Amino acid sequence: MQGEVAAATKFDVDEIRKQFPVLSQKVYGKPLIYFDNAATSQKPLSVIQAITEYYSTYNSNVHRGVHFLSQKASDAYDQVRVKVKDFINAPSEEEVIFTSGTTDSINLVAYTWGRKFINEGDEIVISSMEHHSNLVPWQMLCEEKKAVLKVVPMNDAGELQPDDFQKTLSPKTRFVAITHTSNSLGTINAVEEMIGMVRKHSEKINYDVPVLIDAAQAMIHEKVDVQQLDCDFLCFSSHKMLGPTGMGVLYGKASRLNQMPPWRGGGDMIKSVSFEKTTFNDIPYRFEAGTPHIAGVIGMGAAIDYLNSLDRKAALQHELQLTRHAQHLLANIAGVKLIGTAKHKTSVVSFIIEGVNAMDAGMYLDTQGIAVRTGHHCTEPLMNRLNIPGTIRASFAFYNTLHEVNVFGEAVKKAIAFLKR
Amino acid sequence: MNGQKNRRNTGEMAETINATEQEIIADFELFDEWTEKYEYIIEMGLKLPPIDKKYMTDAYKIKGCQSSVWLNSYEKDGLLYFEADSDSAFVKGEIALLIKVLSGRKPQEIIDAELKFIDAIGLRQHIAVTRANGLASMIKQIKTYALAEINKS
Repeated sequence: MQGEVAAATKFDVDEIRKQFPVLSQKVYGKPLIYFDNAATSQKPLSVIQAITEYYSTYNSNVHRGVHFLSQKASDAYDQVRVKVKDFINAPSEEEVIFTSGTTDSINLVAYTWGRKFINEGDEIVISSMEHHSNLVPWQMLCEEKKAVLKVVPMNDAGELQPDDFQKTLSPKTRFVAITHTSNSLGTINAVEEMIGMVRKHSEKINYDVPVLIDAAQAMIHEKVDVQQLDCDFLCFSSHKMLGPTGMGVLYGKASRLNQMPPWRGGGDMIKSVSFEKTTFNDIPYRFEAGTPHIAGVIGMGAAIDYLNSLDRKAALQHELQLTRHAQHLLANIAGVKLIGTAKHKTSVVSFIIEGVNAMDAGMYLDTQGIAVRTGHHCTEPLMNRLNIPGTIRASFAFYNTLHEVNVFGEAVKKAIAFLKR
Repeated sequence: MNGQKNRRNTGEMAETINATEQEIIADFELFDEWTEKYEYIIEMGLKLPPIDKKYMTDAYKIKGCQSSVWLNSYEKDGLLYFEADSDSAFVKGEIALLIKVLSGRKPQEIIDAELKFIDAIGLRQHIAVTRANGLASMIKQIKTYALAEINKS
């Protein structure tokens, strides 16, 4: 009996893998090893079934119809907003806005809050490890408003230092946008500490500087609590946390969202419309014009249910074990250099091979059935800072195995033997 | 195969672009799997002679998403020749294929070349969009050189 209990609580990766149909296939006759989880995660059966069930049995538009199906779809849709609220521990569901993804969420803030409150000479703070999606919208805003983009530098290990962050803040700081977890290096930033520094700085300069956190890479790995962080905005994508693509979330403090003008005009975002005057709806609907991605919302809800059903502590431990093992194997291969060696990092292992082009190596790994990402990972300024054209990135999820990491380690050795001649 | 290639280089009656493409297609038909094709292309890349360092500047560079290519061309006896290099062995292999088909041709032939072999050998379906764009940029640059040569005369 005791044994059974122990077995039930143990992290059983084989059992978990059965829930992810993609993983059981072969590519080029070899078992698929999917190590591109930072690009997008695979989907469990429950998510696939939730989407199928919606389209098969209650496909209907939400918030419009008086009929049975529409009511059912609306209920399912609205429940997900509550699920997301609980998932990130937001104070209320009106602070949860559905978007098409992290990029869309960030652009929403840049175009609404940014356009209303950023003026000439103001400073927007980002870090040197931002994904292009948390860089380009701010750069565009700065160009339009003649504002200044300030970049927090990082050390050679790929870490942001509190001192450097503090130094980047100035009396002109009007917005801070920082990534929670780096997609290229895996660094987990001390965002809670940074937000605390911004709050103190805000008092000093007598301007309440908002902080946006790009949590795209964090959600699948760890619990993110917006009240504990005290961030003003949190952005993430469904597809990187087991849900469907084309779906994401913007969390915003109600006090901020209520100050923001609408972005896109259309249905659902209005209270009343006449040719003379349109009254806009309240948050969150004000920012959700048009028929939403209903299947995406429902699929994301199923993804959250799945994550909630996991022993997340054990899952994280498992991922870290995979990461440490991969780093250990790679560090012992001549010519391999690990890129991004932060003390606090997620299950991302980025590396280069001396004398071997990253893409050639990635393509070799592909012939062995191993899916990795190569290149600059949409972080060109970061690669320039490290003075490398790009890396090979293996990113693990809880459904990966130690055996897969071993196969990967051997494949990297074979790639070097084949390509370095 | 080599005899035919040499004939072209020595200025004798050259085989057509289409015939060279058919040769490549026949070579690739020997392979069942993508893995073998990948290895063959890499081998071709590793064998491609490096170009003179003086051409490895931005003026000769075609910037791809994940690799760089340096491409030079020169004219001799009415024919256009190409030489190129890359930081990727696979891209060098692609270049070797393009050179085999297009180097030592009349400019008009180069412009008219449809390059059906790229699809026929299964290359296009196996390179990511970014890579396909890199290959497309190389072809575009080669054709631009050919067009410039025609406009010169």
